[in-house]
Amino acid sequence: MAQITMTQALNLAIDEAMADDPGVFCLGEDVSAKQGGGVFKVTQGLTEKYGEHRIRATPISETAIIGAAVGAALAGQRPIAEIMLMNFVGVCMDQIVNHAAKLRFMSGGQTPCPMVIRTTTGVGVGFGGQHSDMLEAWFAHVAGIHVVTPSNPADARGLMRASIDANDPVIFIENILCYGLKAEDPGPGYRVPLGKAAIAREGSDISIITYGRTVLDALSVADDLAKEGISVEVIDLRTIAPYDEATVLASVRKTGRALTLHEAVRPFGTGAEIAANIQEKCWDSLKGPVRRIGGTFSAVPFASHLEQAWIPQKSDIVAQIKASVGKH
Amino acid sequence: MAQIDRDTLLDIYTRTMKVNRTDEKFRELLMGGKVAVMYYCVRGQELVSAAAMAALEKDDYVVCTYRGQGEQTAKGIPMEKWWGECLGKATGTCKGKGGTMHITDPETGIMVTTGVVGSGLPIANGLAMASQNNGDGRVTLVSFGDGAANIGGFHEAMNMAQLYKLPVVFLCQNNRYGEHTAYADHTDSPNIASRAAGYGMPGVTVDGNDVNQIYPAVKEAVDRARRGEGPTLVEAMCYRMMGHFFGSDFSYMPPEHIAEMKAEDPLPKLRKVMLEHQFTEEELDAIVADIDAQINAAVEHALAAPLPDTDEIYRDVLEETA
Repeated sequence: MAQITMTQALNLAIDEAMADDPGVFCLGEDVSAKQGGGVFKVTQGLTEKYGEHRIRATPISETAIIGAAVGAALAGQRPIAEIMLMNFVGVCMDQIVNHAAKLRFMSGGQTPCPMVIRTTTGVGVGFGGQHSDMLEAWFAHVAGIHVVTPSNPADARGLMRASIDANDPVIFIENILCYGLKAEDPGPGYRVPLGKAAIAREGSDISIITYGRTVLDALSVADDLAKEGISVEVIDLRTIAPYDEATVLASVRKTGRALTLHEAVRPFGTGAEIAANIQEKCWDSLKGPVRRIGGTFSAVPFASHLEQAWIPQKSDIVAQIKASVGKH
Repeated sequence: MAQIDRDTLLDIYTRTMKVNRTDEKFRELLMGGKVAVMYYCVRGQELVSAAAMAALEKDDYVVCTYRGQGEQTAKGIPMEKWWGECLGKATGTCKGKGGTMHITDPETGIMVTTGVVGSGLPIANGLAMASQNNGDGRVTLVSFGDGAANIGGFHEAMNMAQLYKLPVVFLCQNNRYGEHTAYADHTDSPNIASRAAGYGMPGVTVDGNDVNQIYPAVKEAVDRARRGEGPTLVEAMCYRMMGHFFGSDFSYMPPEHIAEMKAEDPLPKLRKVMLEHQFTEEELDAIVADIDAQINAAVEHALAAPLPDTDEIYRDVLEETA
């Protein structure tokens, strides 16, 4: 099988969905061929295949983009709207939170809103404070939306396809630093069901619950610690909300210890919710408090050494695990 | 402008009186303590929504606001379902989960009723985009007030609609108030329609109290949209004769202005036009009596209807796939 990058994986999934269903279309800033196929090239080549009506380059108007996606979804289409950078979702929060997420419920089930909001973010590329935030907790706090983020190209392909299939709005978060990751192409038609976590690595001493780019850090740390006799289980949530509670709880019941890890800032993060839930439901199995690692509670800085210091460090992960398992 | 034919006039009159009698009944129930819910009175704006709905086809889409009773009842939501929703009953359009500010009835084309000022315009674009994409020939009409013209989404939506030549009609019901703030205190341009020029779109201001102005203007905008020529901004000058919501203080509305605007009341004006077209007093009264009977029956039905099951709070959050 061929190797593909995450960018290619996303492109293939969208291409395939558009070929299968004429109701699938993309809209967003700079997405069509005329503008180069999107700033991160995810929609490159699709205009030539499907035309400018189905790869609609929009004005810089986030509210109009998401509003149009909501309306088209209500009319039975399956729009894929791109918000170029996750920090810009603040501009269109009303359309996402008050409309996309609630119209199924408020209409008594009459108007589902099947749409995907693709967005990109990530710390470590020097974009500074207004282009780097992981804001998944904003959406996880609102009923009626799936929040999805892949950590590898195969999942990206499968999760994107499943997100387009979903009959509810999906926030699909693409980490810029993951775009270039390469892996084996799972092939056409591949789907990863929403709401199902992956056990990215099995272990017996502690469970790390994470998602997105920090899965890579968790796996790397797990490799290192294995040499010291510490067995780390890594859970890649893949869907952050609603998350796969059963897999998380089963893992923690097995290992007796848990650490939540994400790039988003620690206070009020999704890790806090997962940690609280573990403590409520796995109290009898826990050998110690659930630990949390997240980004520093400040804006993401520009200078590269500051930015690197801002991100959860592998050394932090190692230290927390060692403190948890009692090996220093 | 072209004369409106008799059948269309009768249709508009019937829809207008349906809106008006529904409004009267709602206020009667609120005043009598029979119900206690949020209600945004439409007294004074009946004709605008009735004429606009008469200009649409049955399967055209509508997006309206919390003050959307006019569009909803005039477009044809069955009365029992409409009252059921307003009273929070299981028999309502949305099983009692939407309420007066969030009425949805896709069968009638009422796709969204939004409680967030101005947020309907971008969504209307999307409905119109879907029609454009799949060539179904439908037009989307979005109704909003003068206050909505000042949110960013208005401008984004106008620009995008014109850019793509979407089959959408923007209907601004300029009722002279944005919530509790008078038009002159929230906007310093003489009207809203002139903004259309800034987007390259036709914009027209008409007297929303005059059937011979409002209906032809909306009809032309609908026809234009259906011909694929793009959106139009229609501004209907009208007057919200009461406060922002039922029971709210409206001392900020100068009494002399209310008195002045009462002279512009669309209902006696419409009746005069009907009489000029040889409809008789008896015919017109009989229409109202029939509407009243329907409304009374619908209200009785809604009052007696069951409440939604408590489990409804867990349903329709996401698709149930289990």
